[in-house]
Parts: sequence; C-alpha cells; structure tokens
Amino acid sequence: MMTFTIFGVSSVALFGQLLLGLINGAFYAMLSLGLAVIFGMLNIINFTHGAQYMMGAFVAWMLLDYLGIGYWPALVLAPVIVGITGVIIERTMLHRLYKLDHLYGLLLTFGLALTIQGLLRNQYGASGLPYAIPDELRGGTNLGFMFLPNYRGWVVVASLVVCLTTWFVIERTKLGAYLRAATENPTLVQAMGINVPRMITLTYGTGVGLAGLAGVLAAPIYSVNPNMGADLIIVVFAVVVIGGMGSILGSIVTGFGLGVVEGLTKVFYPEASATVIFVIMVIVLLTKPAGLFGRNA
Amino acid sequence: MFRKMLLASALALAIAAPASAQSPVRVKFGVLSDMSGIYADATGQGSVIAAQMAIEDFQASQKGIQAEVVGADHQNRPDVGSNVVRQWFDRENVDVVLDTPTSSVALAVSEVTRERNKVFLNSGAASSDLTGSACSPNTIHWTYDTWALANGTGGALVAEGGDTWFFLTADYAFGHALERDTSNFVTSKGGRVIGAVRTPFPSSDFSSFLLQAQASRAKVIGLANAGGDTINSIKQAGEFGITQGGQRLAGLLVFDTDIHSLGLRTAQGLVLTAPFYWDRDDATRAFAARYEQRHPRRLKPTYVHAGVYSSVMHYLKALEKTRSAADGAKMVAEMKAMPTDDPLFGKGEVRQDGRKIHPMYLYQVKTPAESRGAWDYNKLLRTIPAAEAFRPLRDGGCSLVRS
Repeated sequence: MMTFTIFGVSSVALFGQLLLGLINGAFYAMLSLGLAVIFGMLNIINFTHGAQYMMGAFVAWMLLDYLGIGYWPALVLAPVIVGITGVIIERTMLHRLYKLDHLYGLLLTFGLALTIQGLLRNQYGASGLPYAIPDELRGGTNLGFMFLPNYRGWVVVASLVVCLTTWFVIERTKLGAYLRAATENPTLVQAMGINVPRMITLTYGTGVGLAGLAGVLAAPIYSVNPNMGADLIIVVFAVVVIGGMGSILGSIVTGFGLGVVEGLTKVFYPEASATVIFVIMVIVLLTKPAGLFGRNA
Repeated sequence: MFRKMLLASALALAIAAPASAQSPVRVKFGVLSDMSGIYADATGQGSVIAAQMAIEDFQASQKGIQAEVVGADHQNRPDVGSNVVRQWFDRENVDVVLDTPTSSVALAVSEVTRERNKVFLNSGAASSDLTGSACSPNTIHWTYDTWALANGTGGALVAEGGDTWFFLTADYAFGHALERDTSNFVTSKGGRVIGAVRTPFPSSDFSSFLLQAQASRAKVIGLANAGGDTINSIKQAGEFGITQGGQRLAGLLVFDTDIHSLGLRTAQGLVLTAPFYWDRDDATRAFAARYEQRHPRRLKPTYVHAGVYSSVMHYLKALEKTRSAADGAKMVAEMKAMPTDDPLFGKGEVRQDGRKIHPMYLYQVKTPAESRGAWDYNKLLRTIPAAEAFRPLRDGGCSLVRS
C-alpha cells in the first residue's frame, strides 16, 4: 500500500480514522433520518428522539436480562416495542398539538425526554449496564490500515441498508407518495379516502422505531445508560439543521459526512471534536439558512 | 403584643430546657455532588447517605450536636457548583461542603469556601492541586488524589515493564492533573511518555482516540479519565483488541461502580489503586451492608462514599471539642491537630497542606471464574503504607507548609 503523511499523520492512520468517522456517522444518519421523517410528515420537532434511542438500548438490555432474549431477536423486538410507545405518545398527546405552533410540540417532547431519562436513572443509575457484543460478531478483521471490529462493520452495513430502505419507501413507492401528499395537503388526501391520521400515527411510530433500532445497535458499543441519548441528540439536531429540516436524503448524507468530519477533527485537533459540528452548523446557517439539502420555504 | 412576646419566649425556653446544661451546637452539611451525570453512581446520592450514617453513628444528638444534611447537583459545572455553594453559605447556613467530585468544580468551591471562612471536606475530586498549588486553610482533601493514583497504578505497571505510555486524558482540570502526576512518575522511574490525546469531557465514543493510542505502540495506555468516560474507553478498548495486541490498559481512576457497570468479562485483569474496598475486612463489610440497605438501588459503597463517612466523623469529633462551627479555618486547624481514627480507614492524620493520610491498596479485578458473585470484584495485590501513599509534603508547593 502506498503511504504518505499529512500534518504528521500517516495515511494509514488516516484511513482508519475515516472509517471510524463513517461508523459514527451511521448513528447520526439513522437518528437524523427518523427526526427528518417525523418533522417532514408531522411538523413536530421530536426532542424525545434521544430518549427513544436510549430506550431502544434499554429494551434490548431488559429483554436479555429479564427474559433471556438475545441480540438478534432484540434487533427486531426492541424497535417494535419502542415504536409502540411512540404510537401511544402520538395518540394520547402529540396529535392534540398539530394545529399549534412548533414550539408546543418541542416543549412536550423535551419534557417527555427528561421524564423518561429521570425515571430510568432512578431505577438503573447513571453508570450504565453491560451489554455484550453477540458472539457471531466478536473479534475483528485486520484491514491492513486498521483493526476493524466486526461489530462496527456490521453497524455501518445495517445502518446503510436501513437508511436507503427508508429513503426508497418515502421517495419511490406509492405509500411514500401518499405520505408526501398528506404532508402537503391532508384535507385533500383524506377526501380521496385515505386515513391520514392513522398514517401520521404510524409514521411517528416508525420514526421512533428507527431511533430504537439505532439504540439496539449502539448497546454493545456504548455503555447502556440513561444519558446516552441526551449526549447524542444535540449533535443529531445540528446534523438535521445542516442537512435541511425535513430532507430525507439530506439527513443521510449529512449524517455520514459529519461523522467523517468529526472523526478527522479527533486526529488533528481532538479538543475541538465536540464543537466542530456546531461550527459547521453556524457556517451553514449563515450561508444557506435552509440547510445543504433543504428547500427554501 | 407584649404578652404574646412573653409567651413566645417562655415557649422557647421550655423547648430548650432539656438541653439547657449545654445548648445544642448546630451544624449543617451540604453534599455537593454529581447527582445525575457520569459520576453519579460513584458519588452522588450515596454521599448523602454516607454523611447521614456518620452523624447517626457518632450519636451526634446525644452529644448535643444538632446536625443536618442537604444535597445538591452541580452537574459537573464549576459555575453551577460555586453558585450553589454561595447560596448555601449566604442564605442557608451551611457550614461544611462535602464530597464534590469533578476537580474543576472542587477547585472553584475551595476558593469560595476560603472566602467565606467555611469548611470544605473533599472526597470525590482527584486533582492533587487541592493540597498543592491551590491548597487552602479551609479545605481538607480526604480520600485519594491524582498523585496517589499515579503512584499506585503507575508504579505497579512500570515495575512490570510498562515503560512507554500513551494517555487518553479527559480535557479538564482533573484529567490534566492525573496525566501530569502519572507522567512525572513514569519519567522519574526511567519510563517515557510517547503521546497523549485530550478527549472532550464527557465523551461516549473513544474509538478514534484508542486507534491513535494503538498506533503509538506504547506498552501502556493510561486512562486519565473517570466514571462514564472510563467505562466507555475500557469497553471500546476490548472491542478494538487493544489488550490482545499486547498493550496494557491502565485505568488510573476506577470505582467499583464502574466495574459493576462493565461486568467482569470486560474489566478482568485491570489493576487499580483504591483507599477503600467494601470487602477488605469485617469493619468495611459491616459498613457496606448497612449502606446497601439504605441505598435505593442496593449498591455497595465506593471509596468516595467511605471518605465522606470518615470525614464527617472526624469533623464531628473536632466539633465536639470546639463547640462552634462558625469559624471554618479554626475547625480545620482542630481537625489537623487531632489524629484520625475510624473503622473504614484506620488510624491516620490530616497534614498541614490539608491532605488526609492513610494507606492505599493496589487491587486487580478478578476474572469471572474467581468472583463469587455480584460485587466480588477485587483481589489485593499490595498495601501501600500511608507514608508512601501520598505526595511528600514538601513537593506539593502548598503555601501553608512551613519549611
């Protein structure tokens, strides 16, 4: 392999860091995708998203600890369970707010997030709970430029598949066409005989389920703790703002892209790695207020 | 009006009468801690419990001391911490601040305590600057510090041939102090520090930093972080095959609650330094059993909790002598004059610079096969005697030390 150095960092190390950035980007992409879907369809800024991601990880842990259900079934079960809680939240609370200003939805979901985090913290503490990598994905592969843990490889593949499927469903299928139409003009779509409220409920459930899925994928990597979502969600909101509120493709591309940018910052100036995304957000807002992929309202 | 006043004073006298021989001494303890963040399990609510246990065990009320404990969350932020403490001192008559993990907060609180002439008994924070360049006549650093950790864990690993180091350092006062003290120790023993990376505090993803550490080929990767940061770095180091690659991880500050969270499968083999372990002897086991009963989640106490207990105990002994909590510096001077003795730390002393002295213990985390069950985590490698466990008085640069 040809090697060279950039600012004292060898190309070999750089490739490793790029790949790691992509892996972290996978989480940003999956979470911002759910947020974008929910915002696009419901006009709700879902601040509970981080808590729902955390719930995905917790449900996976509970399935294992209380019922002995392992990682692979949890990968399906946990998002469904978290999705159902989302449906309940939408039916009992959120649907009352659609006619009001965005701010109300934001406050409600933010309050919910704090409540869920607080309850789980009381019950399980802040240190986190152990959740092991499934045996099939233990170990790693030496790629020459880095040691890639098999599990991280799986995360990238899984999240790419999920992201592209979601994009395909919304942009290229009939169901997606209904959804998009219902966002533009719900009354007209309802007049055509489509049950718009139910569609909206299921959309929220699906968006939340995506967060839950990301949570299950994260459980073996990060410590499963009540704050894991709160730490991430702020970054993910920045990703959504940079990508353009409501843009599906935008959130996917920006998610992966910013993961890589953050990864590179961790090599060249690690102290700034927690802030670099917000710096980019400021620049994007100043130059392209609707976001990189957003349509100007 | 006059009659009412008369009646009120008569009533007050009647209430005060039983203790009239000696009017009760009031003291209020404020546990300032991380109640919800990454240090909450190792410190937090458990420190409030430990303080209450000390007051009960001392039988304060029988000795004419009316003690009260309040708690607050500093969210690991120095501005929040110093505001809470100002309010405590100025409006709520708090005399003693306890625990206070997160060195940046502790250093700020130490300053405020000195300004207001109150008492700061720190158990949770690590920075050795609290008794070094930032020492104060109102502050005692009770349980452990970065120098003691570097000396214990660093010493053990260098002795086993770990002579090249790379640090993952939490980017604030604590991480910097721990990296500095460990680096000094490593170089003084003929080792070399190859590099360090400053990680934002708190972080959840350490993969990038671990990869840099891996590429450095240092024999030892020193984790100059704590709580959730340490948990995530150890967990992810396992994922990246760091130890299989021949490098060793040095968890410089590891609490039992961290091991509990990691599980033995991931944590086994780690070497750690601690001043207290719940399963050390009958006295510590008895304390742990009582603490566990009172803890809402039935956790075992960490050494921070034990330190809070021990420091409150010693404070109350001093208060029994002075009979007034008003003058903070005087209270601390009294505490320094008396030798310390309690069931958790044994006999010891508080030095001129505010450093509490006791033995430290070098432990290794057991393998799942060695452990007899939940919370059976550590086996003793070596006892570091009190005289060697902490930084020599002269080396700290504390202005209180008379040459």
